[in-house]
Amino acid sequence: MRPIATTRSASGMPTGLLAVWWVVASEIVIFGGLLASYLMYRLSHDSWSEQAANTNTAIGATNTFVLLTSSFLAVSAHAAAEKGDGKKAARYLWYTIGGAATFVAIKSYEWYTEISHGFTITSNTFWSFYYTAAGIHALHVIAGAFIMAIVAREAAKGLELHRVELIGIYWHFVDIVWIFLFPLLYIAK
Amino acid sequence: MAESIPHEVDPAHGDHHHEDQGFVSKYLLSTDHKIIAMQYMFTGMLMAVIGGFMSYVFRMQLAFPGESVPLWGIVTPANYNALITNHGTIMIFWVAMPVLIAAFGNYLIPLMVGADDMVFPKLNRLSYQIFLISALVLLSSYLVEGGGFGGAWTSYPPLSAKSQYNLTPAGASLWLLAVALEFVAFLLGGINFITTAMNSRAPGMKLYDIPMVIWMIVIASILFMVSVGPLIAGAIMLFFDQTIGTAFFDPNRGGDPILWQHLFWFFGHPEVYVVLLPAVGITAEIITVFARKKLFAYKTVLHTAVGTGVLSFTVWAHHQFIAGIDPRMAHIFTLTTLLISIPIAEMMFVYIATLYGGSIRLATPMLWALAFIGEFLIGGVTGIFLGASGADVYFHDTYFVLAHFHYTFYPIAIIGTFAGVSYWFPKMFGRMMNETLGKIHFWGSIISFNFIFIPLFVLGTAGQHRRIFDFQNFPALATPELQQLRILATMSLVVMLGFQFVWVYNFINSMFRGPKAGKNPWKANTLEWSADSPPPHGNWPELPTVYRPPYEYSHPDREEDYWPQHLPN
Amino acid sequence: MSEQEHEHEHNYGKVYLILLVLLAVSILGPMLEIQVVTLITAFGIAGVKALLVARKFMHINEAPKFISYLMTTCLVFMMLFFAGVSPDVMESSGDNWKKNLKMWLYSPPPAHHASHDPEGHGSGGH
Repeated sequence: MRPIATTRSASGMPTGLLAVWWVVASEIVIFGGLLASYLMYRLSHDSWSEQAANTNTAIGATNTFVLLTSSFLAVSAHAAAEKGDGKKAARYLWYTIGGAATFVAIKSYEWYTEISHGFTITSNTFWSFYYTAAGIHALHVIAGAFIMAIVAREAAKGLELHRVELIGIYWHFVDIVWIFLFPLLYIAK
Repeated sequence: MAESIPHEVDPAHGDHHHEDQGFVSKYLLSTDHKIIAMQYMFTGMLMAVIGGFMSYVFRMQLAFPGESVPLWGIVTPANYNALITNHGTIMIFWVAMPVLIAAFGNYLIPLMVGADDMVFPKLNRLSYQIFLISALVLLSSYLVEGGGFGGAWTSYPPLSAKSQYNLTPAGASLWLLAVALEFVAFLLGGINFITTAMNSRAPGMKLYDIPMVIWMIVIASILFMVSVGPLIAGAIMLFFDQTIGTAFFDPNRGGDPILWQHLFWFFGHPEVYVVLLPAVGITAEIITVFARKKLFAYKTVLHTAVGTGVLSFTVWAHHQFIAGIDPRMAHIFTLTTLLISIPIAEMMFVYIATLYGGSIRLATPMLWALAFIGEFLIGGVTGIFLGASGADVYFHDTYFVLAHFHYTFYPIAIIGTFAGVSYWFPKMFGRMMNETLGKIHFWGSIISFNFIFIPLFVLGTAGQHRRIFDFQNFPALATPELQQLRILATMSLVVMLGFQFVWVYNFINSMFRGPKAGKNPWKANTLEWSADSPPPHGNWPELPTVYRPPYEYSHPDREEDYWPQHLPN
Repeated sequence: MSEQEHEHEHNYGKVYLILLVLLAVSILGPMLEIQVVTLITAFGIAGVKALLVARKFMHINEAPKFISYLMTTCLVFMMLFFAGVSPDVMESSGDNWKKNLKMWLYSPPPAHHASHDPEGHGSGGH
């Protein structure tokens, strides 16, 4: 049973939507603090470019493509949910989860290769940042996929369709973080 | 209005209302915001007992070095370090935060904005459960090999990052884990608070009709949310430094320990305002009710609080003036630090203006509120010395700093809490607290508090450094005169802790045997006083509508000297 | 509403294509190995992509204004953090001061006088 409080919207925004934006705000500063620290170190350690040269741009670009595509699928789910088509929305959400799985699979392969070449999290502070930033991001991808599965199951029954938009907003934010991680970790060499 | 309302009066005591539920589902797994508030409050108070006991042990060591402390035994240097570290951590993160923000926020936000619950009750429960786990993780760090973390509540690396320096391999990581979990709990809680206040206000409640304490808790939650991010990132980095040997903060391998200090204080300084603002808000509620006057310059206070919040993000490096930061930046941080005293001073003046010409009634909550203004003033004024980088070079890390921030945090966390609890106790438990015992406790605590920390100001200016196990090692500080001051401070602490038993007795006794309070014992305007005491699940049979601002006391058009927000006329 | 929704759906595909083109540019640009081009194509385009996703997928401009202000505020505070910290973490010298860690780390340790003290006291002193 939902309290009456949840159904009110004095700010002019549905409660869930408002809360998701606050989640995004709190995430901006978590990634912001991490990436600001990384930037400061990176700019003052020229020698890191030798380390950065070992990252695999092709894999990074592929993963960017995967995430952009999954974002497009998530927004398509939102469009379907707006029309009240829960089944279609759920289907698109499952495609998005597929995107997340592909992303994590590619990431695992990439890390496996790098670690087996000796580039571990302790070998250099560049790699420490590389694994920490991408790792926290990957955790967000995995968490988002789980939440999306819950939303998709409900949406397939035509329930809680507004949640499709909410998980979408979170998902696009995770996408945006990667949009910045990609040049920071893979392109600047 | 002062008599209790016949329907829904509790038969035995303030606990047994509403339908029959098991103890576990009613008190431990409840999603009711009032129960969760109580969980936060009692957990916070229990942690305050632990934190207070720690301060007793290390103060005894300082007054009588090397002697066995009753209830503890001999204090070793490692004990001492762990005690001061966890005293600070507990008092900030497990007392001030849960009681002032989480407990009062949970209890007051739905009741004061006229909603039946928080917008996300299950998230609210989850937030408390994570908080409880974080407290248990912190306490468990005392049981592991090497004991509790002793690297100070600021946890500066390399001391905190390397176990060969801090000698607490597991304690340091558990400490960090506990703090990180606590942040997660308050992020979840904060989203709930902000969303509830923004979205579920009663019909008719416009932005300037929101009671000041709600504004302050919301602004504090926003400050927390926006400032804590970098420290969460930093905590992950430090955790990796501790556990898997990365070198984020290791200067030997290209890291920079100063970065941690920045990450910590970028959160740490706004955090001061995170706990200050709710206390300021509680004070505003109390002085308007007990002076029977409208809050002077409501909008100014509100805008000032927002301004303080923004400004609080620009002052953090004043904690690092001697850490080797860029001296050019020190100029900027000096300037912003001195600037931030302006909005705080303005709030003080606004409160004094509110009192001016009011019909003041010195009940216990009012005494606490007035004490908050007076004692915080001392904390604020001594802060000016420390904000100026030139003076801070000499004062840094002395007992002057320690006394300064206890003069800010004691008013916030202790005085603010006692003010709030004594004011809202009738609403929380449906019964009044004993005024005589309340006043004995008030004067006992306030006088002894000043006798703890005024000697420490003197010791600080004499050059006594913080975080020293035994001052007998320093001939200049081992003089009998200075030792007398240390003993005076310690004795005052013991007296102050002793007076808390009066409060505990008063609290428990009033909870069960106090006179019935009725709906509105203080004749206050805000919405929570229109609900039953204690309010049932759902708060009101029918949710209220708001017709006017919250501080319409002694209105000329009205015979009674108060005008509740929910009355149409 | 229905017309607007139709327009959205129409746009989503187009936005996605634009994003892919931008991705291609951000990979190809840095291959020229000209620093300015790298900066613009890698980081400038990341900003454009982020803005596109925020506006077209997250519909930030359809939400009330304070949402955009909130997001901007968070970003501004992060820039403030960078501005306040970078002089310490990135710079190692300035007017009359120097941050030289090696100087501290590899200087010979001061001689110990405390070893004679039977109590272990008195080493800190004055």
